[in-house]
Amino acid sequence: MTAELGKFHLDVLKEIGNIGAGHGATALSSLLDRTIDMKVPEVRVAGFDEVTEMTGGAEEIVVTTYLRMTGDAPATMFFILPPDQADYFTSEMTGIRDGSFKEMNPGTMKVSAAQELGNILAGSYLSALSDFTKLDLEPSVPELAVDMFGAIVSSGLIEVSNVTDEVIIIETILVDPEKDEEINGYFLLLPDPGSYKTIFHALGVPVDED
Amino acid sequence: MSIIKVSISDAKVANHPHRLRTTGLGSCVGIVLYDNQRKMAGMAHIMLPESTMARRGDLNLHKYADTAIEYVYEELITKGMKKQAMKAMIAGGAQMFQSKSANEMMRIGPRNVEAVKKELSSRGIPLVAEDTGGTNGRTIEFDIGSSELSVKTVAKGAKTLR
Repeated sequence: MTAELGKFHLDVLKEIGNIGAGHGATALSSLLDRTIDMKVPEVRVAGFDEVTEMTGGAEEIVVTTYLRMTGDAPATMFFILPPDQADYFTSEMTGIRDGSFKEMNPGTMKVSAAQELGNILAGSYLSALSDFTKLDLEPSVPELAVDMFGAIVSSGLIEVSNVTDEVIIIETILVDPEKDEEINGYFLLLPDPGSYKTIFHALGVPVDED
Repeated sequence: MSIIKVSISDAKVANHPHRLRTTGLGSCVGIVLYDNQRKMAGMAHIMLPESTMARRGDLNLHKYADTAIEYVYEELITKGMKKQAMKAMIAGGAQMFQSKSANEMMRIGPRNVEAVKKELSSRGIPLVAEDTGGTNGRTIEFDIGSSELSVKTVAKGAKTLR
């Protein structure tokens, strides 16, 4: 899969991360009424063990919105928040101080706020992606899970794992410029193996046929 | 004593006094084959039920229930374990997301568990204990000396299978 992709292709995928997460960051900024920035997206070609050990490791607790994208270019998307960040955002949104994702007792209001946050961010990422590529991309209803990173992200690898042991990940980190560039959350986009050609084709980027 | 880490799509065998550990099992299943007398064990972290699902030739044997169990089984037999003494414990196979709109692949957890059990029973290996299904991720660690499998979850605490 990766042999066919040159640096130029990876740059195109980076641009997809840029556009998608850029819209996500804007949505988050207006939701919280403060500036949220994004880092330059990283495109990685990684083995499954590297993927599950990304960031804080397979056992790290994360608050995750999962979304499956069908249509022209099937893919899996995750919006991932560290628990203390999810606590901060959902307190801002609801005005409720009690309960915490970190302590695993967020309460229903904070859970639905986190759900709403994930819906908005993942939705703006995907609609930007769809506008940019002019592809028909249909998102599933986003779902929230609070669990170990490895357990969650491996769900996104199943589709890929039938074909290969490597995955291309487009990762974009959101940061809060006022809080010393602390990581606010990040988007992971995992296109299905067959989706790259469709995306490149839609953008007029040549791909070597095999 | 050292803790031997088994990654996703990976399998290892070891002796007492070591421990075998795999982290962040979601829909994946962690399989332990062991002999409590010889104090020897093998662990696999599988992702998919059957190697026939593979759409390409170059198989990663540790990724599928059937081929991973076969691999661990053969390794243990080669190292001197008797087939009659071999026992099994399994954990994992959760459904992390419930979405009805998600495709069939999302129900892979229960299918993995089913495939593992089928493979164990076809080899006549008794399943001594299991902690499978549900919607929680799991981290497991097998103490080869005591033949105990500790299962840790984020929301529901820890338990020990023996």
